Amino acid sequence: MRRRISAPMWLVAALLYVFMYAPIAVVVVYSFNAAKHGGPWAGFTTEWYARLLDDELKKQAALNTFILAGVSTAVATVIGTMLGYGLSRYWFPGKRLFSWLMYIPVVIPDIVMAVAMLMFFGLVREWIGLFELGMTTMIIAHITFQIPFVAIVVRARLIGLDPSLEEAAHDLGANSWQTFWQVTFPQMVPGILAGAMLAFTLSLDDFVVSFFTTGPGATTLPILIYASVKRGVTPDINALSALIVAASVVGTLGVTLLQRQPHKIGG
Amino acid sequence: MASVTTESERRNLSRAPAVEVENVVRRFGDVEALARVSLTVRQGEFFSLLGPSGCGKTTLLRIIGGLDVADEGTVRIGGVDMRAIPAHKRPVNTVFQSYALFPHLTVRDNVAFGLRMKRVAPVEIARRVAAVMEMVEIAELADRKPAQLSGGQKQRVALARAIVNEPQVLLLDEPLGALDLKLRKQLQVELLSLQRRLGITFIYVTHDQEEALVMSDRIAVMRAGRIEQMGDAEALYERPRNRFVGQFLGSVNLIDATVKRREGDDLWVETEVGTLRVSANGQTSPAAQQSKFTLAIRPEKVSMFPATEGVGENRFRVRVEELIYIGSETHYLLRAGSLTLRAEVMNVRVGSQGFDLGQEAMVYLPPGGLIILDD
Repeated sequence: MRRRISAPMWLVAALLYVFMYAPIAVVVVYSFNAAKHGGPWAGFTTEWYARLLDDELKKQAALNTFILAGVSTAVATVIGTMLGYGLSRYWFPGKRLFSWLMYIPVVIPDIVMAVAMLMFFGLVREWIGLFELGMTTMIIAHITFQIPFVAIVVRARLIGLDPSLEEAAHDLGANSWQTFWQVTFPQMVPGILAGAMLAFTLSLDDFVVSFFTTGPGATTLPILIYASVKRGVTPDINALSALIVAASVVGTLGVTLLQRQPHKIGG
Repeated sequence: MASVTTESERRNLSRAPAVEVENVVRRFGDVEALARVSLTVRQGEFFSLLGPSGCGKTTLLRIIGGLDVADEGTVRIGGVDMRAIPAHKRPVNTVFQSYALFPHLTVRDNVAFGLRMKRVAPVEIARRVAAVMEMVEIAELADRKPAQLSGGQKQRVALARAIVNEPQVLLLDEPLGALDLKLRKQLQVELLSLQRRLGITFIYVTHDQEEALVMSDRIAVMRAGRIEQMGDAEALYERPRNRFVGQFLGSVNLIDATVKRREGDDLWVETEVGTLRVSANGQTSPAAQQSKFTLAIRPEKVSMFPATEGVGENRFRVRVEELIYIGSETHYLLRAGSLTLRAEVMNVRVGSQGFDLGQEAMVYLPPGGLIILDD
């Protein structure tokens, strides 16, 4: 049964969308505004995007952002996948407590996570002299908050799997290793990719944790934008923000597509 | 010398029963899912494990296949003890109730899976896979994924995926359970003819008594982790050992009886409908030696006559309380005193069958049709 949507409902829905997306739309629209210091519309231009390409500082920050997101996602995906598999397939003492603890990095405020990381790196530096703040510490911090997201997504995928698939593989002569790589792993792939994209997007957009764990020479786009905005919003920052929005949209779209089940066709 | 021994050993093994289960116990917590189950399945036999859900039939099948482990007891397949042999090295294959087709592989790759795991040469794999897909009529589905198949097609793929490995024993866990009645009937026939052609031993788990009767050479009726009775369809139907088996396979009338007199193979018993003669010939129930037991009689063994006929041995007067006309047969619910009796009469006469609602009739219970039950 498909109910008709009444006029007031349309209105509420429209307001909701305006509320959610208007600020983003403003940034995107203003990134094409020819006016130099913000302000009223002064004509369409792509000058700010072109100018980004000449700005070495911003290009370096973009590169840092993608190195950070790429490396941390790669590591977190491997560890998170193993964690998700272990939690769904094995029993060990304290498993329930551990499963519960896994949600802490997910629900904890970013700022607490960031301060904890900063303190941790400080302590370790005092003891063994490692972990000078910079790209490495930032990558480690990102991996820390990414792992549970990957693990939760992968575990959800595994729990939804028909347990007789693995039994069927054994029954047909596959040993545990073959069963994992021939049957279980291919079923996990959509979950792993979805988890990885989620992790990548989270890293790309992260400001708080990066800000606290970064060091000289390891500026990322969010940090750069924050620093620039303190001196007033410039149009090229709008352009940069619009690009980050685009990257995030692609990422979340990918997650949605991967989590969709294949359609049933037979009958 | 060594080769001679091997040869004779092999001959011995080939004569060994397909599957021997000895005193198998399986516990889940405090529950005994299997309580000392023993059975022997012969080579080439179509053997069914029949029982209500939770009776342990699937657990037994999984233990034979190596997917579950017995707490006690042994399983031998083709004379070889399987205790130390994991599922992937056993000469058996399973058709799962959920089919368990690999969703990421095509039908062809699903069927080829077992042979690939055994590292059979690719040319040989292609030949055998094609032959089996032809046999179960799924050749045209080769490039489809499981999500694009109907239930019946999935069932055929699951079957092909198992038999392509030429197992010594095929284990089937309610393979037709998810299909509609018409398709189920059709696949029953196909499955049976396939089994006859291949000569593979089938162990078939079902809760459908009709399916078991139609398909099996022998049936083990299970309840609460035990085998209640084992035998061919006729033996189980004609000589159920107890109420459970009698009622699970078809329906029975139950009559309480007290022994009055024994003479040779015959027993005279006192019942609610008077004295009945019971032929104990061929009855193995230990209860036959007791002074009280329960008698069972199948509804179609009850003969009906017009009320005008006289009372005689094993004949008594009843009133028709209910009747259901189903064309080839009429089913009656009859009352004699406190006893209600079901009768199923073939409508062999031309025209009216003669018994109406509320009418009186005579029934005859043949002495050989009265079965002495253990409980």
